[in-house]
Amino acid sequence: MKKQWIEKRLEDLKVCPHLIDYEKTYKEFQWKEVASQFEGLPSGGLNIAHEAIDRHANGPLAQKTALVWLGEDGQRREFTFEQMKKESARFANVLHSLGLSKGDRVFTLSTRLPELYIAVMGIFKNRSVLCPLFSQFGPEPILQRMVRGDAKALLTTKSLFEKKVRPLLDRLPQLEAVLLIDAQEDESDKVRSLACLMEKSSDVFEIPPTGPEDMSILHFTSGTTGMPKGVVHVHKAIYMHWMSGKYVLDFHPDDIFWCTADPGWVTGTSYGIIAPWLHGITNVVDEAEFDAQRWYRILQNEKVSIWYTAPTAIRRLMRLDFDPLKEYDLSKLRLIQSVGEPLNPEAVVWGMEKLKLPIHDNWWQTETGGIMIANLISQPIFPGSMGRPLPGIEAAVVHKNDDGSVNEITELCKEGELALKPGWPSMFRTYLHDEERYAKCFVGGWYLTGDLAYKDKEGYFWFVGRADDIIKTSGHMVGPFEVESVLMEHPSVAEAGVIGKSDPVAGQVVKAFVSLKEGYEPSEELRRELIGFGRKKLGVAIAPKEIEFEINLPKTRSGKIMRRLLKAREMGLPEGDISTLEA
Amino acid sequence: MSEEQIKESIINQIVLIAPDIDPDEILPDKNIQRSLEIDSFDFLKMLTALDVELGVAVPEADYGQVDTLNHMIAYFAKRIVS
Repeated sequence: MKKQWIEKRLEDLKVCPHLIDYEKTYKEFQWKEVASQFEGLPSGGLNIAHEAIDRHANGPLAQKTALVWLGEDGQRREFTFEQMKKESARFANVLHSLGLSKGDRVFTLSTRLPELYIAVMGIFKNRSVLCPLFSQFGPEPILQRMVRGDAKALLTTKSLFEKKVRPLLDRLPQLEAVLLIDAQEDESDKVRSLACLMEKSSDVFEIPPTGPEDMSILHFTSGTTGMPKGVVHVHKAIYMHWMSGKYVLDFHPDDIFWCTADPGWVTGTSYGIIAPWLHGITNVVDEAEFDAQRWYRILQNEKVSIWYTAPTAIRRLMRLDFDPLKEYDLSKLRLIQSVGEPLNPEAVVWGMEKLKLPIHDNWWQTETGGIMIANLISQPIFPGSMGRPLPGIEAAVVHKNDDGSVNEITELCKEGELALKPGWPSMFRTYLHDEERYAKCFVGGWYLTGDLAYKDKEGYFWFVGRADDIIKTSGHMVGPFEVESVLMEHPSVAEAGVIGKSDPVAGQVVKAFVSLKEGYEPSEELRRELIGFGRKKLGVAIAPKEIEFEINLPKTRSGKIMRRLLKAREMGLPEGDISTLEA
Repeated sequence: MSEEQIKESIINQIVLIAPDIDPDEILPDKNIQRSLEIDSFDFLKMLTALDVELGVAVPEADYGQVDTLNHMIAYFAKRIVS
């Protein structure tokens, strides 16, 4: 296969990048250099909120804009680092006054409102643990995650609370407080108005000593065989956020950064909140959902220089039949990075043609806490490749042997499982309450990512697919088991098998194959009822978009539904090894 | 085609895509995607179906003009007439 390079010329770049010589930087890099970038807590230790907000607020950046918030209806609000320090201090005091302390899990279920960003920093200040939920989850995924995560408090909005949480309250006995962002008054001792509590709270909060290994964020990620796993991260993860902010996002003091990811997902916290503020950079947040013209207007009006987005959005932009550079002034934009799923080569080429900038793909996952493998602003791109490992990150492709051990594959361009050498600062520290599952991720001195990939002779990695049945839809992971479990709750459903069906825009969409119990017949009406049932229980982000009735689902002799076979049939591919198929 | 008929077509399509939605929940001036939890994928599918039914394609660049039920009715009404 002949690969097309996209070469870079340093003289074409608007700003001299931090990383110019990849090999040299990779070889010489040491994590202790990053340690010197942080101030440390006056009371001792390392706390994300101090490094991201307070130290800037205490220095020359106090009046610099930290957050530009764009409301759905055209509002625009700015918050300086000093304001963020005070507001997040208030929120920390609110948590403290409610009796919440170190290690207590505070869940967030909100659209992208300023209060959410303030709360995140307040949670860190109080040494509580941030547990983000995606606002498009339905009640069932919310319940599963809150129960597994031992939720003590929840920050949400009135409408999300009414629709999705109130019906769950009696199943959440540990939940002590619900803070409603837009409520004017308290409903009860438990359901409180955030505004009232904030008003009564001081804007001064001294962050207590925080250990670098103290838990900071609990993100849930989907599993293949079981319910979602709580991925535990610690304050020290900021080493990775700072380093990737420097080398991948190439943050310079005057940059204006827009990460389009929602903080319900890991990109939205690591890079939509933490990384830019560690660098003292202005961070743009848009409340609204994707709208091509709106997005170009934001890039133009906010003078965004660094843009971190996702393949689904780029593919939507590619559908526009005009020349963006003729319609909008995007002259400030100097770097585009993309993550969530592999970026197709056509999209990289489209960027070169239409935006006069290449789109840089990168790779990481919830468990890694930060970007691991990336295309870099100064380095050549092979469209379709995820790039090379960051300084401080050792990546390899490994082969799993029958006895469970692994060998590194040294042969070039040979597929295997993508693996990372453990020990980078933002590596997850455990799966909450599931140490056994955590231990299983590490074999022979490698962390196994579950992604299949190969490495070429230039040292670039190429994504091949998932090693398991996890579905990637619009950049979000969906676990088939979670969907199947809910479908089986419907009285008509005997069995369900859920797969990701290829889709040109979303990458994959969730499709369910369903067999019915005796007495039920397939019909259009029942199909629609099941679609609605899925939406109501799981929420639009997880619910199946398509339902197909099958009399029998293909199963192994031990009775396990063969999703792989369903997928092969759906895609018209060879069915592969069916020796375990039930006769 | 009257605005009332266009409205009916749109509501039918919304309910087809999202059968859990009660037509009374569809408020004329609320953002359809946000208020009814219809994601980009479903919205795209809905507009494709409306194109087949009403003969008006909404290009990606115009999605901002069809964000609410009322805006969508107006958008289609203008183009069906012309």
